[in-house]
Amino acid sequence: MLQIILFAPLLGALIAGFLHRIIGEAAATWTATGLLFLSAALSWVVFLTFDGVTQQIPLLTFIESGRLAVDWAIRLDRLTAIMLVVVGTVSALVHLYSHGYMAHDDNFRDGESYRPRFFAYLSLFTFAMLLLVTADNLVQLFVGWEGVGLASYLLIGFYYRKPSANAAAIKAFIVNRVGDFGFMLGMAALFFATQSLDFDTVFAEAPALAETRVTFLGMAPTAANLIGLLLFLGAMGKSAQLFLHTWLPDAMEGPTPVSALIHAATMVTAGVFLVCRMSPIYEFAPVALMAVLVVGTATAVMAATIGLVQSDIKRVIAWSTCSQLGYMFAAAGAGVYSAAMFHLFTHAFFKALLFLGAGSVIHAMHHEQEMPNYGGLRKKLPWTFAAMLIGTLAITGVGIPLTHIGFAGFLSKDAVIESVFAGDPEWTFWAILGAASLTSFYSWRLIFLTFFGAPRGNPTTHDHAHESPWTMLVPLGVLSLGAIFSGMIWYNSFFGKTDEVARFFGIPYVAASEAPGDDHASDGHAAEPADVARRAEEAHDSHHGAFAGLPGEGALYIAPDNTTLDDAHNVPKWVKVAPFGAMSTGLLVAILFYLIAPGLPARLAGATRPVYLFLYNRWYFDALYDAVFIRGARGLGRLFWKRGDGAVIDGAINGVAMGVVPAVTRAAGRMQSGLLYTYAFTMVLGVVLLLGWVMWRAAL
Amino acid sequence: MAPDLILILPEILLAVFAMAALLVGAFGGGDIRARPILWGVAAFMALVGLLVGLNPPAVGTAFGGAFTLDGFARFAKAGILLGAAILLLMSEDFLRRRGLLRFEFPVLIALATLGMMVMVSASDLMTLYMGIELQALALYVVAALDRDSPRSTEAGLKYFVLGALSSGLLLYGASLVYGYAGTTLFSGIVAAAAAGEGPQLGLLLGLVLMLTGLAFKVSAVPFHMWTPDVYEGAPTPVTAFFATVPKLAALALFARLVHEAFGAIAADWRQIVAFLSVASMFLGAVAAIGQTDIKRLMAYSSISHMGFALMGLAAGTEFGVQALLIYAAIYVVMNIGTFAFILSMEKDGEPVSEIASLNMYSAIAPGRALALMVLLFSLAGVPPLVGFFGKLYVIRAAVQADMVWLAVAAVIASVIAAFYYLRIVYLMYFGAPREGLDGGMAPAQWIALSASALAMVLGVINLFGIEGLAAAAAATLAGA
Amino acid sequence: MGIAPLAFYLFAATVVVSGFLVVVAKNPVHSVLWLILAFLSTAGLFVMMGAEFVAMLLVIVYVGAVAVLFLFVVMMLDVDFTALREGFVRYLPIGALVGVVLLVQLGFVVAKWTASPGAEAARMAPAPDPAMRQNTAALGDILYTDYFHLFQLAGLVLLVAMIGAIVLTLRHREGVKRQDVLAQMYRDPAKALELKDIKPGQGL
Repeated sequence: MLQIILFAPLLGALIAGFLHRIIGEAAATWTATGLLFLSAALSWVVFLTFDGVTQQIPLLTFIESGRLAVDWAIRLDRLTAIMLVVVGTVSALVHLYSHGYMAHDDNFRDGESYRPRFFAYLSLFTFAMLLLVTADNLVQLFVGWEGVGLASYLLIGFYYRKPSANAAAIKAFIVNRVGDFGFMLGMAALFFATQSLDFDTVFAEAPALAETRVTFLGMAPTAANLIGLLLFLGAMGKSAQLFLHTWLPDAMEGPTPVSALIHAATMVTAGVFLVCRMSPIYEFAPVALMAVLVVGTATAVMAATIGLVQSDIKRVIAWSTCSQLGYMFAAAGAGVYSAAMFHLFTHAFFKALLFLGAGSVIHAMHHEQEMPNYGGLRKKLPWTFAAMLIGTLAITGVGIPLTHIGFAGFLSKDAVIESVFAGDPEWTFWAILGAASLTSFYSWRLIFLTFFGAPRGNPTTHDHAHESPWTMLVPLGVLSLGAIFSGMIWYNSFFGKTDEVARFFGIPYVAASEAPGDDHASDGHAAEPADVARRAEEAHDSHHGAFAGLPGEGALYIAPDNTTLDDAHNVPKWVKVAPFGAMSTGLLVAILFYLIAPGLPARLAGATRPVYLFLYNRWYFDALYDAVFIRGARGLGRLFWKRGDGAVIDGAINGVAMGVVPAVTRAAGRMQSGLLYTYAFTMVLGVVLLLGWVMWRAAL
Repeated sequence: MAPDLILILPEILLAVFAMAALLVGAFGGGDIRARPILWGVAAFMALVGLLVGLNPPAVGTAFGGAFTLDGFARFAKAGILLGAAILLLMSEDFLRRRGLLRFEFPVLIALATLGMMVMVSASDLMTLYMGIELQALALYVVAALDRDSPRSTEAGLKYFVLGALSSGLLLYGASLVYGYAGTTLFSGIVAAAAAGEGPQLGLLLGLVLMLTGLAFKVSAVPFHMWTPDVYEGAPTPVTAFFATVPKLAALALFARLVHEAFGAIAADWRQIVAFLSVASMFLGAVAAIGQTDIKRLMAYSSISHMGFALMGLAAGTEFGVQALLIYAAIYVVMNIGTFAFILSMEKDGEPVSEIASLNMYSAIAPGRALALMVLLFSLAGVPPLVGFFGKLYVIRAAVQADMVWLAVAAVIASVIAAFYYLRIVYLMYFGAPREGLDGGMAPAQWIALSASALAMVLGVINLFGIEGLAAAAAATLAGA
Repeated sequence: MGIAPLAFYLFAATVVVSGFLVVVAKNPVHSVLWLILAFLSTAGLFVMMGAEFVAMLLVIVYVGAVAVLFLFVVMMLDVDFTALREGFVRYLPIGALVGVVLLVQLGFVVAKWTASPGAEAARMAPAPDPAMRQNTAALGDILYTDYFHLFQLAGLVLLVAMIGAIVLTLRHREGVKRQDVLAQMYRDPAKALELKDIKPGQGL
């Protein structure tokens, strides 16, 4: 069954890509879509029936080289199951949605065939993503990792006649290379340290890695920290975290379904998945984990502030994605991987919903993306409005405080915030809380600007605005269900009591009463026995029990001394209410700015112009990178190209090839005069020279 | 005496057969017997080749050490005889259609082949000279075979005059060596050279002059000047013969002379051979670029290839000799295939040799164009074809002998040389369409072309075992 | 100086001088005559070394046959030698330079000449004592034993030369009447004659 899930998209890609001339465009695209739905349906079956025990399904041998042995294999555990559902569902819905969205496209000429190509890329992406999440070793994961990068490149640059799309595609690729460089170094370090890249082997070695110190760049971090940091660098690139985030907003040049699938729900979350997958390493790498927390928090805040002032509807959502990814990393960095996965899971639904809703708006408005040109679309696009509203309620985290009833984002984001509060340091909690209110503000700003108020911009466009076809509305409906219910249904599994989480993720669990007797510290890992005893006692007092087991058992590994999850459940009441307060603040300000006093934002922007410009220009990251890296690299490249390659190498080669060689050819031709005299003379000359040389040597 | 005669039985058989063929031709009606004589000579040479290669009646030395039949000689002789037989068969169609098929042609080729067999077995200066002269004289005649064509007679005359000059140099060198050593036996010369002290100028002078004479035979720069003119002027089958079998014989003789007679002063001749090698590689590569006639181009190509082959010799090691033999064998096979194609180039019944006539040849005869492309790639040394391995061997030999500069030069030269081979391929596949060649291909030519092209591809598996044979042959010559 | 050295230097000087004059003589007939002188002097040198057989061969074959043949050829073919020398003057300076360099190199070799220690003994090894064996017989001894193959090869070389000469020059022209002795001998009146009965007044 897993094989079908994995390979159906590949089959779809091949059919759509290569056979569409034979079977026709419609048949090809619908076949790909059908195969995706099959894959998605089977994914749900797997997810719902999965018993928590890790399975490995070998496919075939990949690499056997010295001590490096890598196989293709499917690893099925809870993490894989979650990702299968996310990827399969969103991808299938996006395929369906694309039938409507891509029906007509002004970027292509009449009669030009582009739809099969689009579906082939989408299916190829899905295959690569599934390969990534089902990987049983880092190499296979890396293949999928690069595969999604490739598909992302192809899809961002899908409108290949638009220079901006090509530039964005290249930017995404190059920025990701930076991260991939770290990833590859991380893999190399891991192989160096453990002689393997199989997850099982590597995880089993994790405690030893914490003891090993390696010299790297003049410092001597522990192997675990080094590997964790390097892998996190890869994750930062893929998940657009601070410093490597600049490609994500530009990636919106791709068609909107692509943004929904790749740049919201699936590919960008691969970094989070990687960190969770490597939890056994990170549990032994406190420095790396702290870096994850700090970078995640900073990204959440940074992206949220930029999102406040953007006017392009897709870019607002893109920055929001960036910010939400920061949340996930913050949760993982705090040590509550399950909360990170929880937010990943719910976020996939509501963010895909928002993107597809935005796509619907854009489709209706003839590819107008500037929000200042929208307004009052509530009546024209009732279904889209409803979907977007649900998405916004979900992302801003609307729900009933102190209960477990609310939209998906309410539960998952609160889980993240509580986790961060339970972890150290405290400023991260306040930062992330602030980001929540910013999230609320820009999300509602989007809704108000788009659907409320008077129509702005080109009136004919507004006149021709129309609700989207069923192929686009059905996915919106399905995702809305997810955005509403996915949090409530799976709250306990992801972020419930320790024993429930442990059961869900297949992690061995020690009930509080048994804890002192079952002393895992005697295995030589983790903490001091006394420490464990003390902590177990605490668990007995106020908590429910502790995670146990060895690294590699279960989908996640949570060290016995990591009690953040329990701590998060026991935060003060005001902390649990705080996110709701933050959300409300943002909502109220948005209402004030965009419904009650529409002139206020412009005045505020005028009054605090430097701040506005700073935010509007995305903290000048692009300008900075342009000045430092791009200009520098380009200058260096030009130096090598013009001076090194052009003048020296080409010059020498061309000089030889076009100057010296023909000259010698001509000279040889002239010598070949056809006259016997010349020939005989040459021979005698040769004899004399050889004689002279030999005699000179003999004389020495 | 009797054991000596048994040792040279293959030579005797060939000589007697050639003379019998001559009688049949002369008294049996002249040129109407030419075809059966040609086939008979070819078949007989192939038989003798198999006899020598597989199971000679005796091995060892004869005539007081002046004649040697060892593994090295057997390897070279088998190659010479089989190559000559194939070339004869390939030529038949061309000669017949041009009215050049005279019964003396196969007889002269047989006698030239006999001369080459003597050359590769020579372990005495006199034997060496007789072999060279027998071979050369027959070749002078066949170069001028088309006696009504001024170009052919000019080719024959030029070859004759320059060949006489080189023979003179060789003889002068041989007399100096004899004067120094007091004997013409290779074994005696090497002993005398080893016994000598200080700079032995007379010996060195003799060495240089003898190498000069041999360099002429392998057409190494600067003793190559005759090659393009003779290749272009001589009838194509004769050119094909010149480019292949005599080169193998001359290389083998070269190797035997320097190792057996001058092994004691290897440092001196290695320098000379290295110089000849580099000069040939580069001149052959560069001068070929401007050529418009494919026969002239093949002349420069053979100059360049001889440079590569000599590189193996310049290494001065057993492995170098092995590399030389492998290279020469591969070279012969490649050239047989290429010339089989050139023999078939014609338009309106007239032979054509302009490269430009190959424009878009792939559209006319895709199969032949493909085979020729494979051969040209192999000649250029493009991996993974067999020609690449030949170059690899000689380059490895040079590197192992600490002549890295020579290896580097070889790589550069092969890059330059690749240009003109690939230009032909370019013309065949992407050239401007124009009225190209017509005409078919005789079965023998077609078989030779496709078989050698196939060998270039299939040979990559194990070079048809030639590696081991060459190693064994080299061991008998340069082994400890 | 005894008579023998005197004779040697006389012959040797004659060989060198006449050889030089062969090359530089303007008239080709003179060249051939100088060549004959060189051959004769060489024969004299051979006689002095005790190689009478070779000396006689040289006189009979080279002087008597080859050189005279040359003379005929040169006289019969009207070759314009001045035209052939046209390039001579043009290439003289550089040719002379190379010639001088070569000469200097040979001079070094001659000045520094050393033979291998065993060379003299090796050289004499195949030659029997002249008192015991005539040199003609000694030549025969070696020619039909150790040098047998060389002797035969030389024969083949000559055969090739002959074939070559025929191949390159013999032409069977059409329409040229040739004598065929057998045809003449087997001629028979029955085939050669035909009797026709011609009726009077009608003609043929």
